[in-house]
Amino acid sequence: MRAPDHPILSKGDVLLAVENVSLGFGGVKALTDVSFDIRKGEIRAIIGPNGAGKTSMLNCINGFYYPTEGRITFKGVKRPKMRPYEAARGGIARTFQNVALFKSMSTLDNIMAGRSIKMRSNFFWQLFRHGPAMTEEVEHRRFVEEIIDFLEIQHIRRTPVGRLPYGLQKRVELGRALAMEPELLLLDEPMAGMNLEEKEDMSRFILEVNQQYGTTIALIEHDMGVVMDLSDRVVVLEYGRKIADGTPAEVKRDQRVIDAYLGVAH
Amino acid sequence: MFYREAGQFKSNYVSDAAIFPLREDRIGLGIVIAAAYALAFMGSDFLLQAVMIPFLVFSLASIGLNILTGYTGLLSLGTGAFMGVGAYACYKLMTAFPDVNVIVWIFVSGFFSAAIGALFGLPSLRIKGFYLAVATLAAQFFLQWCFIRIPWLVNYNVSGALDAPLRTFFGIPIIGATATPQTRYLLVLTIVILLTWLASNLVHGRIGRMWIAIRDMDLAAELMGIRPLQTKLLAFAVSSYYCGVAGALLVFLWYGGAEYDVFNINQSFFILFMVIIGGLGSLIGSFFGAALIFIMPIVLGIVLPALLSPFGISVGSDTIEHLRFMIVGALIIFFLIVEPHGLARLWQIGKQKLLVWPFPY
Repeated sequence: MRAPDHPILSKGDVLLAVENVSLGFGGVKALTDVSFDIRKGEIRAIIGPNGAGKTSMLNCINGFYYPTEGRITFKGVKRPKMRPYEAARGGIARTFQNVALFKSMSTLDNIMAGRSIKMRSNFFWQLFRHGPAMTEEVEHRRFVEEIIDFLEIQHIRRTPVGRLPYGLQKRVELGRALAMEPELLLLDEPMAGMNLEEKEDMSRFILEVNQQYGTTIALIEHDMGVVMDLSDRVVVLEYGRKIADGTPAEVKRDQRVIDAYLGVAH
Repeated sequence: MFYREAGQFKSNYVSDAAIFPLREDRIGLGIVIAAAYALAFMGSDFLLQAVMIPFLVFSLASIGLNILTGYTGLLSLGTGAFMGVGAYACYKLMTAFPDVNVIVWIFVSGFFSAAIGALFGLPSLRIKGFYLAVATLAAQFFLQWCFIRIPWLVNYNVSGALDAPLRTFFGIPIIGATATPQTRYLLVLTIVILLTWLASNLVHGRIGRMWIAIRDMDLAAELMGIRPLQTKLLAFAVSSYYCGVAGALLVFLWYGGAEYDVFNINQSFFILFMVIIGGLGSLIGSFFGAALIFIMPIVLGIVLPALLSPFGISVGSDTIEHLRFMIVGALIIFFLIVEPHGLARLWQIGKQKLLVWPFPY
């Protein structure tokens, strides 16, 4: 066992803190002075009208962008400028607004690919597909099969994901993210374009992931019903600024949130 | 009827993860390999020397390029040069250390082109697609320049060409003028089978999945902790290794000596066509592509006069040559229209159909 690099957090501790983060592209300000935190074990929703900077926020968290100002602290350590793969190795997984699966691979291989960082056997054994390489392959396959069972996608195990309907692709993408056994799971509109039944399934999976594995989840979603039902706390962005932060009930009553969504009479 | 999945149950993950899960496939592969070895004793010298040896060499080079372009999605036009590095490295090694068996040097020479390939693969982190292809052209021109301008590479040979000195394996000549096509064919065949097996292991495991991940969606791959630079450079290195070994085989076991212009840009294109027609991201496609592009013209050259003569049409050999080009060109276009994913996909569809035959589904 390696000694953990970070202090072990218990439920309710701050897992990730965003402090005064601003992000600009030339003259365009995507985020302005945004601060919030994500506590271990919670489901945290990030909502806001289109163009509010939600996806930019996620991109900052998993290392696609580096904030121009402010800082992000993950597990109590201030994060240096890092590449996405370093964030992934640190325990942050992510799904995308438009599905970003490996289209030519089967469902099984997609989820297996999510285990890449956990696999250790060296090039030599890979060449011969023997010894540690095969032991490892089987061991991870077992884990992947658990995810496949959990997400109820056994029947599409061997199907190239490019041929699957959209709802199932979203589910496979969640499976691939889960394969990384992340501490923090970022979901970018996991229910976009889904019908009611698919949304219900996805909501069930998100809740179960959160409860069974204790995975902390940050979620961007436009379906307010889903957000209010699933999330423990909600942060609301508008034009790159934070306008509200609190429990779903608090946010729902907040006048600025109502104005942002419904418009203000002038 | 004879090709069925039914009744072949997998009871553990090891057998489920087998590269050829179907018993029929394994038997078929065994028959093909056995036939390939039997050909050494039954085929004429012409068949072995002019058809089978080059076919295998080009298949190996195609596998190399397929790992890079087909599996990892990095377009390269430096294949010819990387083959050259293998050939020149092998020449230097076998003349500098004549006592070590040349088979060892054939395998070692691949490491030299792997290193050079990885070096020229560095731009791939930043650039993709056609732009990367142009960057690899730099490798093609620079390395070819080295082959011409550095006489040390050919041991200051006045002709500037590589020659194949006599080398033996347990007393049997395998390289040089006295080596028979039969022994050379057996050697090439064994090396190609061995390396194909290793490539197949690689692409079906963790490393292959990482390559395909980078090809299909590089951003998502990076978010899953796959390091883009290392993965791409590994693809460049492995790909160039295969090309390098193919280059060494080409010079010493097929041509028996060669000049620098064997490794020119045309060679790179030739291999790239094989990969595209055979099927990007398929090992068996590499063999199909090499067969279509290399063997088809030879077959046409023999078959065409025989087909035309019963009608009293006698055509000159130069007309046959033109016809050959036209027909091969038309066939390439035909196959690309019928199946843009290459012959490998046709093969796969054929097998799917055969599984349920005689029923449509």
